[in-house]
Amino acid sequence: MSSSKNARLVTALIAGAIFGVGLGIAGMTRPSKVLAFLDVGGAWDPSLALVMLGAIGVHVVAVAVARRRSSPLLAPKFSWPARTHIDMPLLAGAALFGVGWGLGGFCPGPALTTAASGNLAAIAFVVAMVGGMTIRHLQTRTTKRS
Amino acid sequence: MENFTPGSALVGGALIGLSASIYLLGLGRIAGISGILASATKLDDAPDGRGEKVAFLVGLLAAGLALRFAAPSVFESGAAMTLPWVVAAGLLVGYGTRLGGGCTSGHGVCGLSRLSTRSLAATMTFMATGAITVFVVRHVLEVTR
Repeated sequence: MSSSKNARLVTALIAGAIFGVGLGIAGMTRPSKVLAFLDVGGAWDPSLALVMLGAIGVHVVAVAVARRRSSPLLAPKFSWPARTHIDMPLLAGAALFGVGWGLGGFCPGPALTTAASGNLAAIAFVVAMVGGMTIRHLQTRTTKRS
Repeated sequence: MENFTPGSALVGGALIGLSASIYLLGLGRIAGISGILASATKLDDAPDGRGEKVAFLVGLLAAGLALRFAAPSVFESGAAMTLPWVVAAGLLVGYGTRLGGGCTSGHGVCGLSRLSTRSLAATMTFMATGAITVFVVRHVLEVTR
């Protein structure tokens, strides 16, 4: 492997590790805290709003810098998302994701981080989550073929 | 407001933002965990950058393992959910994030930071259905979990 490829892999690894630590400190790895944020009709805990604000507050700076650049630091190009208009799959998918989040108190990142800590419920969640992703993937492949 | 932890929320959030910033400025990619997982498990049609996504995932998992020993209180023990419940939740999250093209990190953090109207619509939607779900479970059906 070239040294630039190594640099990219190490950068990704470090970014992932910081993400996981951030999730832990933020309280995202505690379903009860996530559910308390979504429990607007009960003992509401707004902490997760500050998690998002803190994350966006930092990330908007990076986005502004990135937009001025022709390429990232270690890769040949930016992979900006292509789609711009709001469509049914976006809304339906987000709606379903929200239901699952409200049921389990886990979204993908925290579920993976918690699963890695050896938590059996989180491991089961991750297995099911990959199952759900597989169903969607097979569905798109079937649609393409027909 | 109960159990409000503004300090750790902001610090944790800032770290998440930092991670996404490194991933964007360094590698030009969006730190959307659902997309990263899908790529790492070859459940998408985008082989580009798969190695980097696997590396990100490994870092995320390594952090989880490290936190188990360094700061175990960030996790909760004693699963209050039954297995069918957990599986249903996981299936919905897995299917929904792929159908919708993102999750809390991809749409909520990265998308909103880019002022993406798609991500705004997605974030508002999953926040709404998440809140409705918790409301129904806790205050209508009164399932204790």
